[in-house]
Amino acid sequence: MSDNFEPTIIGFLCNWCAYAGGDLAGVSRFEYPTNMRAVRVMCSGMVHPDLVVDSLKKGADGVIVMG
Amino acid sequence: MNIELLTLSEIENVTGEQGNFTVTVKKNPRYVDEDKCIACGLCAEKCPKKVPDEYNEGLNKRKAAYIKYDQTVPLKYAIDPNNCIFINKGKCGVCAKICPTGAINYDMKPELVDINVGAVVLSPGFKPFSPKGIDYYGYDEIPDVITSLEYERYLSASGPTIGHIARPSDGVEPKKIAWIQCVGSRNTNCAKNGYCSSVCCMYAIKQAVMTGSHLSSDDNEQVIFYMDIRSVGKDYERYYESSKEKGVSYVKARPHTLLAGPDGVGVTMTYTSEDGTQTNNAFFDMVVLSIGLEAPSDAMTLADKFGFDLTQYNFAKTDSFAPVSTTRDGVFATGAFHSPKAIPKSVIYASSAAAEVEAVLSASKNTLTQEKVWPEEMDISNAEPKVGVFVCSCGTNIAGVIDVKDVSEYAATLPGVDYVENNLFTCSTDTQDLIADKIREKGLNRVVIAACTPRTHEPLFQETLQGVGLNKYMIEMANIRNQNSWVHPNEPEKATAKAKDQVRMAVAKVTGNYPLDDVEVNVTPRALVVGGGLAGMNAALGLANNGYETVILEKKDSLGGVAVDLYETWKGELVKPGLDAVIQDVENHDLIRTFTNATLTSVTGSVGSFFGEIARGEEVETLEFGACVLATGGHGYTPNEYLYGQDSRVVTAIEFDKLLSRDQAKATAGDSTVFIQCVGSRDDQRPYCSRVCCAGSVVNAVLLKKKNPDMDVYVLNRDIRTYGEREDVFKEARDLGVIFISYTPETKPGVVTDGEDLLVRVHDPISGMFLEIATDRVILATAIVPNDTSSFVDMFKCGVNADGFLSEAHPKLRPVDSTVDGLFLAGLCHYPKPINEAIAQGKAAASRASVVLSKKTMKLDAIKSHVTHTCDGCALCLDVCPYNALTLVEFEDAGKTHKRIKTDKALCKGCGICAATCPKEGIVVDGFTQSQLRAQVDAILERV
Repeated sequence: MSDNFEPTIIGFLCNWCAYAGGDLAGVSRFEYPTNMRAVRVMCSGMVHPDLVVDSLKKGADGVIVMG
Repeated sequence: MNIELLTLSEIENVTGEQGNFTVTVKKNPRYVDEDKCIACGLCAEKCPKKVPDEYNEGLNKRKAAYIKYDQTVPLKYAIDPNNCIFINKGKCGVCAKICPTGAINYDMKPELVDINVGAVVLSPGFKPFSPKGIDYYGYDEIPDVITSLEYERYLSASGPTIGHIARPSDGVEPKKIAWIQCVGSRNTNCAKNGYCSSVCCMYAIKQAVMTGSHLSSDDNEQVIFYMDIRSVGKDYERYYESSKEKGVSYVKARPHTLLAGPDGVGVTMTYTSEDGTQTNNAFFDMVVLSIGLEAPSDAMTLADKFGFDLTQYNFAKTDSFAPVSTTRDGVFATGAFHSPKAIPKSVIYASSAAAEVEAVLSASKNTLTQEKVWPEEMDISNAEPKVGVFVCSCGTNIAGVIDVKDVSEYAATLPGVDYVENNLFTCSTDTQDLIADKIREKGLNRVVIAACTPRTHEPLFQETLQGVGLNKYMIEMANIRNQNSWVHPNEPEKATAKAKDQVRMAVAKVTGNYPLDDVEVNVTPRALVVGGGLAGMNAALGLANNGYETVILEKKDSLGGVAVDLYETWKGELVKPGLDAVIQDVENHDLIRTFTNATLTSVTGSVGSFFGEIARGEEVETLEFGACVLATGGHGYTPNEYLYGQDSRVVTAIEFDKLLSRDQAKATAGDSTVFIQCVGSRDDQRPYCSRVCCAGSVVNAVLLKKKNPDMDVYVLNRDIRTYGEREDVFKEARDLGVIFISYTPETKPGVVTDGEDLLVRVHDPISGMFLEIATDRVILATAIVPNDTSSFVDMFKCGVNADGFLSEAHPKLRPVDSTVDGLFLAGLCHYPKPINEAIAQGKAAASRASVVLSKKTMKLDAIKSHVTHTCDGCALCLDVCPYNALTLVEFEDAGKTHKRIKTDKALCKGCGICAATCPKEGIVVDGFTQSQLRAQVDAILERV
């Protein structure tokens, strides 16, 4: 793995907690790496296991489900 | 729709009485026909007359034809008659010539209109203190001494420097900036303003913290010169402490001489060290004067016309037990006109005034209201997706990091995208109109807004869609501000790439959107108030006076809460008679039922229709209610320091208040009393300020000195936080000889006994000596701790902060709403507060709950589970649904019996656990279908 490896991470963020936390991080100007792409969901329980597996199969380097 | 705006207007005359006032209003001419103006801005562009722009504190120019700022409501231009060349000299007339709609009319005259109203709310705001003419601040002579309001404009993306800080004398970016607090506040010499302006400490801290992030070099310094830091609001103390970690430094001093620096650049400041032994000189690139808030200049005229009293500082005079009522019935005061206050308190007091007005008008409720009618929805079922993408710059909030032009150009290349535009503020009224126009003009049937978060702004854009007859669920937002530009300020290229991905994801998702209908539920017009203290009782009275049946649930055997133990307010009103009157009103009200010794054991349902189980001993009763106010209160912290519990002469402030009520002679006897502040507050365990204790101790210190002038009274404190007009009591205490000694967490006082003697040892920073005070009584100003709310958090799923206080939906704009729809907060469960503020919040909660209860039916959003034709009734989802929203039903088809799942949309919260459990997409959540989630994943991975 090269030094400039930029992983693509798919984040499933619960609207009520993790996504709200993501907004709050913005309001608070917390900095974090740009690699995650957030998919807003109404509950982390909404994320079907198939979707996680599919994401990895299709090329995501990581999946994080936050809720 | 039920609000009519009269701008450029002033009150001429008032007649009548509560329930039937006639208010004569003088409408000054705008010289622009509001119906014709399309806010194209041509008049301002071509107007030849430039004048200082008051919105930007005169730091730049505007034209004589102008709007105050980009988000002005209503968004209609105006002509300033004092500066218009045509109005003053009869020449020019350029704006009239070029206005494309012929809206300019120089002949408009002032108009008098009579308005018939039942009640009046006054919120004329405040006047910023002007430091002009005060020689030692040098504001008139030194260019680099500016006011905090001017500095605020420098920091703003919509300000004269687009958010770049520049030293006024030479335009160079400053490195060292100082703030001087209490300019025009707590000052009876040159300002005659004895009160504290309440907001300046926090805005100075905010400005200092923001400055650090605005400056390009890390080599910068922010210093705040203060007397006491008054971070008394919710989470303010944490912010203050975190500012120190971010490099803001604090010096306890009142600088007395400011001179221009070398060559007129910068400022040389002289101040005396806290112990008085040293005179220091320091150089700063800029000095910001934290100016205070004064009563508006027309306060006395308003008071005369309406016939109510003002305080000595010309703020509206009110009583602690009726915090927004002026001395004239039917006339209410809010905002800074009531007393200097920050946004959260202004919003609370505004809702409180709404509750008082609702009570006055309740007999004629809904006789003049109108309902919004939306145009008929377009049928887009067979239309190909046509997506419009609107990319917001958000001033420089987004455009300062992300290349919005690049993102817009990219968006235009995406499949299905028909129209793209970049806007300065996509949320502004004019852009809403523009989006509506584009939907009509281009036949768009889907919209993507790349801007901030859907959590705050989606409803606004949904209304825009509804307004043109497009189903409101045909929108997606790409959150390129909160979750992009704000968190990646130093990586503009990667942030731009991320924004493109976010837009691509949103386009992919919106393409799969289909029209949805909101769910309607019937509203039960009954309220539940949990907690029978002053906040809860006032919430109940507000609701009942507005005509709603209300149930108060109190866990103890009687009403009153912590106020039962309090002696007097800072205004000198005795608490007991005020409290007794409230209890009596509650007990005598036909619409209020009180359950004592009662607890809420379970809650189901949602906004408009909750079901609660109330237990009283063995008895359990079910209550249906449409809205709920939590006012579960707080209590004093029990100290384990300062010999409390070991020596009976050491008491808590609440215990001392009880003694004052019971045996005043005993309470005021003795030669010496020592108050110790911040016992259990502002420490590692409870890193918040309990807000009420400084005024409480100072009021009692004054009482002791008045009753027993020979007594030595000491207040050992970390800062004295007598915000607002409470400062007068602090001054009175000093005048009476109360001795204030400050300590820090490192130099906490000690309480010891020596034989029979009770001794307090403390370091006095002014004399630099350790003092040993022999005293008869030590009074500990103990922290306010919220009562346990964990069961409510579990039942309602509402939020709570790290200190155990229930969370509001938005700290500034929705300080009374909890994080759960239909659930509101009041009193100490939200944050420590004195009686008048607890009552105001109680009334505010009543007003907010009335918004729910006033509707016959309530619309819930349409993000609900939806059973598809592939459901085969396997019922795997039944067990996982946490809301019992699913049932298995049987139906006949072609002579055969089948089973299938059915959703109860009123109970479904749209969590989608069912959808994630289903092996065959037999149940999906509308707006978040598995295929829409997959489309977003595919959109992300397209570039990999």
